[in-house]
Amino acid sequence: MALVEQGAPHRRPDRPHIFWTMRRRQLLWVWSFLAIPVLFYGVIRFYPTGQAFWLSLTDWDLMSEPSFIGLENYTRLFADPQFGSVFRNTFAYLIMGTPISLLLSFLIAYALDRVRFGHTFLRALYFLPFITTASAMAWVWRWFYQPAPIGVINDFLSGFGIPQLAFLNSTTWALPSIMVTAIWAGLGFQIIIFMAGLRAIPATYYEAARIDGLGEGAILRRITLPLLKPTTVFLVVFSSIGFLRIFDQVYNMTTNDPGGPLGSTKPLVLMIYQTAFSSYQMGYAAAQTVVLFTILLIVSLLQLWVLRERA
Amino acid sequence: MRKGILFAGLMAGVSPLTVSPAQAVEIEYWQYVFETRVTAMDQLIAAFEAANPDITVKQVTFPYADYQTRVVAANMAQQGPDVLQLFYGWADQFIGGKVIQPLSPDVFPHAQIEADFFPIVSAMKRGDDYYGLPTAVRSLALFYNKDLMTAAGLDPNTPPTTLEELVTQAKAMTEVDGAGNMSTAGMTLDMGGQDHQWWREVLVRQFGGVPYSEDGATVTYNDAAGAAALKFYTDLQTVEKIGQRGFMDEGQAAFRAGRAGFTIDGTFRLGSYRTIEDFEWGVTELPANADGVRSNYASYFANAIGAGAEGEELEAAQKFLAYISSEEAMKIWLDVVGELPARRSAAMTEENLANPIYAPFLKGLDYARTTLFLDEAAQRQNTIDMANRILIEGQSVEESLAAAAEAEQAIIDRVKQ
Repeated sequence: MALVEQGAPHRRPDRPHIFWTMRRRQLLWVWSFLAIPVLFYGVIRFYPTGQAFWLSLTDWDLMSEPSFIGLENYTRLFADPQFGSVFRNTFAYLIMGTPISLLLSFLIAYALDRVRFGHTFLRALYFLPFITTASAMAWVWRWFYQPAPIGVINDFLSGFGIPQLAFLNSTTWALPSIMVTAIWAGLGFQIIIFMAGLRAIPATYYEAARIDGLGEGAILRRITLPLLKPTTVFLVVFSSIGFLRIFDQVYNMTTNDPGGPLGSTKPLVLMIYQTAFSSYQMGYAAAQTVVLFTILLIVSLLQLWVLRERA
Repeated sequence: MRKGILFAGLMAGVSPLTVSPAQAVEIEYWQYVFETRVTAMDQLIAAFEAANPDITVKQVTFPYADYQTRVVAANMAQQGPDVLQLFYGWADQFIGGKVIQPLSPDVFPHAQIEADFFPIVSAMKRGDDYYGLPTAVRSLALFYNKDLMTAAGLDPNTPPTTLEELVTQAKAMTEVDGAGNMSTAGMTLDMGGQDHQWWREVLVRQFGGVPYSEDGATVTYNDAAGAAALKFYTDLQTVEKIGQRGFMDEGQAAFRAGRAGFTIDGTFRLGSYRTIEDFEWGVTELPANADGVRSNYASYFANAIGAGAEGEELEAAQKFLAYISSEEAMKIWLDVVGELPARRSAAMTEENLANPIYAPFLKGLDYARTTLFLDEAAQRQNTIDMANRILIEGQSVEESLAAAAEAEQAIIDRVKQ
């Protein structure tokens, strides 16, 4: 800074030296406004994130001083049989959850976009779950899934003499059952975003296509989907991160046996929570957090790369 | 470490205390939020302050879910309480982390503790030191629904006394609807509730085994007796069909709703069941085995002195601890909270033994055992999984038991090391 300022008078020798130039005053304003969020993120987000990397190399138990143990937490994690199943569950949420929820929300948004009668009301109905508290929703669904005589779905089935389904009590069906809840919870948001994307496509393109005699299928394939790509990329990344970090639904729907029968629904975040706050192995939990961070980073970068704009 | 303190301070949300007045001493008492416990403690504090005008006690409470974290975090920030309540199962962690200090034998003589309290107080002893004293203790008993018993043609005044009777009576009360679904369970099966304690300390012993070594460091239930106990438990669902895991979501919910004949639960459930209006219920001792062997599981929250208390605060804390573990305090606790007194003289009164609700729990205390948990949540989960492998996946009892024993030993070894 000082060097540039020294040089300045040489260019304009006739002007007096002013320290508070317009540009500097603007910069000062900008930075004083930016300082608040930067400070906030620095202290609340980035500092603890950095701290977590350090903690993952220690054996901190919250009570005694952390001591450095190298990569021991990581070797322990990769040898932990629970980590294998938790890893599989986490990716099951991602691999099934993201495409299903995107497909559903696109179909609904596409249909809703054409509906004129009761459009606002329908849109509000779809959006409603998104503004409901996740835990309240999870408890309602937990009740739906109960076995007879209290579970809504099973009561309905047994009314027709159909044997009941175990849902949350089964190692096979517990995870899909929870995923349905999670998909339903996020659907409203995705529909709204898709609809905004659909509305942003200029109507002239469609008119031109229809004049040229293109069918509805071709219009969808050639115009709607390609022009919707930025929206889709955003939603894919956003919903993937959501499914990789799933916690509320799982935690609230399986409080009796946290993580479902035999850990069949336990995602990585729940494992981290239990390791940290019921076993107090902060170092080990930090190592799991670092692994989650890495997964999130890789998955997000990979998706951005796959769905990148090909020139 | 400064970083650690900053972190702990953030988590605990405690502000540095203001300078204490020269004359009067103020001490802090911490416990978790549970309405009746807080009310009882308010009464105890009022009585204590009346007797000790120079001491003020400030009660601080936190939700149970983050109580432990708060205590530990505050302790790191050196803002810990002077007297605090802790589950006996946390003792190892709290002693290791220097959260609590040993009780001075001059103020709390060991001979007196051992003579006056129920033997389970030993769970607060490490080496030659006691680290805390309980006000109240909890034990298990069998709750029964008198209306369901009558409806099934059973005499509601003769609840089961043996395991065999338990099964026959439960079977009589079990009902299945047209679609083959259980509509009334003879007995609740809920490992995540109190059944894991029942299996560990009661069934294993009744089938001739011992769950853990004396010092709690070795798992010893992986033998024929342990397998027989586990088979008895899982057979209740698979063979006898008197209960179903997951029925009505939770065992206590099924019993509350009048959908289960029997349930095993602790003294702490009395408050909730007292509000039942739809049916009559009773309590009886946990059933004995064919040879009359009984056992029970007892647990308690103890009060201990924080590691940070010293000088006149320590003196005040000792006085307060002595008062809240006195006979007088236990009486108040029983009346307000409904938990059993930890001193024999306060518990085994004629009045209490004549009380149809307290008597079964008190009798159980006499022969109760206390598991020395090292990571309660993980050990409980391990027992839940052991039963689920058999009930859901159809694994054999022996295989599941062996896997559970191995996994639990690993949990213990990890904490012990």
